[in-house]
Amino acid sequence: MSKSLLELAVKAKDFQTHHVIDNVEFSIDQGQVVSLVGPSGCGKSTLLRIIAGLDADYQGEVRVKGEKPRLHSRDVGFIFQEPRLLPWLTVAENVGFDLGRAGGKHPRVHELLAEVGLADFANAYPKQLSGGMAQRAAIARGLFTQPALLLLDEPFSAVDAFTRMRLQDLLLSITSHHDTTLLMVTHDVNESAYLSDRVVVMASRPGRISGEIEVGLPRPRDRHNPQLTHRAADILNLLNGGQPESLVVSENPEQSVSSREPLFISRFNFAH
Amino acid sequence: MSLSSTAILPASGEASAGNSLRWQTLARKGLGLVVPVILLILWESVVRLGWVSAHLLPPPSELMFTLADLGQSGAIFGHIGVSALRVVIGFSIGAGLALIVGAAVGLSRCVEALLDPTFQAIRAIPSLAWVPLLLLWLGIDESPKITLIAIGAFFPVYLNFVAGIQNVDRKLVEVGGIYGLTGAKLITRIFLPASLPNLFTGLRSGLSLAWMFLVAAELIAATKGLGYLLTDGRETGRADLVIVAIIVLALLGKLSDSLLCWLERRLLAWRDVFDSRPS
Repeated sequence: MSKSLLELAVKAKDFQTHHVIDNVEFSIDQGQVVSLVGPSGCGKSTLLRIIAGLDADYQGEVRVKGEKPRLHSRDVGFIFQEPRLLPWLTVAENVGFDLGRAGGKHPRVHELLAEVGLADFANAYPKQLSGGMAQRAAIARGLFTQPALLLLDEPFSAVDAFTRMRLQDLLLSITSHHDTTLLMVTHDVNESAYLSDRVVVMASRPGRISGEIEVGLPRPRDRHNPQLTHRAADILNLLNGGQPESLVVSENPEQSVSSREPLFISRFNFAH
Repeated sequence: MSLSSTAILPASGEASAGNSLRWQTLARKGLGLVVPVILLILWESVVRLGWVSAHLLPPPSELMFTLADLGQSGAIFGHIGVSALRVVIGFSIGAGLALIVGAAVGLSRCVEALLDPTFQAIRAIPSLAWVPLLLLWLGIDESPKITLIAIGAFFPVYLNFVAGIQNVDRKLVEVGGIYGLTGAKLITRIFLPASLPNLFTGLRSGLSLAWMFLVAAELIAATKGLGYLLTDGRETGRADLVIVAIIVLALLGKLSDSLLCWLERRLLAWRDVFDSRPS
C-alpha cells in the first residue's frame, strides 16, 4: 500500500487564549477528493493554512509526502475563496505567476487556460473577467505548479449556483486529468457529497472531528442520485450533532438507504 | 487574435459611436479654451484702451515680442535648460530617497516607529525656512538649490508611498506568500505594483513641489534659470520679463505633469476605476 500523501495530526492550535483546534487527525491518499465540512469557526480554514505552510504555530505533526509543510512547496497548491488574481498582471501572467515575469509565456499557461475555457482571455486584465471566469483563472493558477495536493478554501462560495455547478465539474475533470489530490473546505453539504470520496465533518469550540462519511459512489455522478442525497443527509446529520444513519458504504441502495425520507437541502447556511 | 479581441472588450459599446465620440471629446477639450481666450481678449483691450498702464501690465501682444526676443538670442532656452536640469536632478534624488525610505517605513513597523515621527516633524518646516541654512552650509552654487528641490520632492512621494504600501490588500500579499515570495521579490512583485497608484499621486505632487522649490531657490541666489529671470525682471522694472517667466514656468510644470500622467495611464491601465473615460 502506498503511503498517504497527507498525514495530519494537529494536537492543538491556539489563537491567544482561544483554543481553536483540538486533536484533529486524518490522512489522505494520492488521488482522493476529500472535503472538510463544519460550522464557522471550527478551524477548517486554519487547517488548510497549516498544510499550506502559511501557519507554523501549532502543536502536532503534519506531513505532506513525508515532509513538513513549508511555503512554496512544489507539492501543494492553494485556491482561495476569492480569485485573488493580481490586478496588474494579465490572466496569462497570473496563471504563470510562479515562474516570475516571463511566466505568462510558458506553454503550460495556454494549455491550462484552454482547459478552463479562457484561451481567448490570456491577455485580458482581471478587471475584464466575470466572477466565474476569474475563479477559473484562479483554478488554472493553482494547477500551474502541478501540485500533488491542491487545497481549496470554499472555492465556489462567491459564485452563483449555476456557475458553481459548472466549476465543480470543471474541477473534477481537470484534477482527474492531472491526477491531483484535493482537500477542499466547503460550507455546502451537497457540494461536499457530490465532489468528494470522503467528507470529514467537524464541530466547533474547539474545532474537532465529529465524524467522517465515505461517499463511495462512482464518477461521473448524477446530482439527482438518491444515494447522493442520502450521503448529504448523513453529512448534515453529523453536522447537527446527530448520529450518521448510514456509515456503511454500499453500492446497493437497499442496504444503505435509511427509512427516512430523503432530505433536500439546497445550500446549508451556517452564518449566524 | 486574442489580443485585439480583449482590447475591444471594455469599449465594446463605444466602438459604434466612435466618430461622434471623437467630436464630443474634441468639443469637451475645446470648452477648456473658452475662458483663457476671453481673458486674453479682455487683457489686451483693457491695456489698449489705456485703463491699465502697459508698463505694469504688458499686453499679450507685447509679451509675444519679449518671448520672440528671448528666443532669438537663445537666452530663454539657457534659462529653461538650467532650471529643468535642476528640477530633474533634485526631483530624482528626492523621489529616489523617498522610495527607499518609504519602502522601509511602509514594510517594517520597527523602522516606522523609528523614523516616521522625525519625518513628520521635518515635514512641518516651511520650505523657505531651509533656504538660509542651506546657503550657510552649502554656499551659493548648485548644491543648495538641488538640496532644496530634493527636500520638496521627498515628502509627497514618501507620504503617499508609505500609505500605498500600508494599504496593500493583505490577501494579495498572502498570494505572494503562497508562491514563496519574500524580501526584495515580495516588494517588487506585490508591494510595488500594488502601491503604484498611490506612488504616482505622490510623484505628481512631488514634481509640482519641485518646480515650486526651484523658484524659491533661484529667486534668492542664481545667475541663470527662470527664477533668476523673475528677479531680473523685477530689478530692471520689466514686468514683461516677469510675466514671460511665469508663463514658461506654468508651461513647464504642466508639460512635466502631463508626462507623468501619460506614464501613469500606461502603467496603470489595469486599474478597475470609475474614471476610465476616453481622453
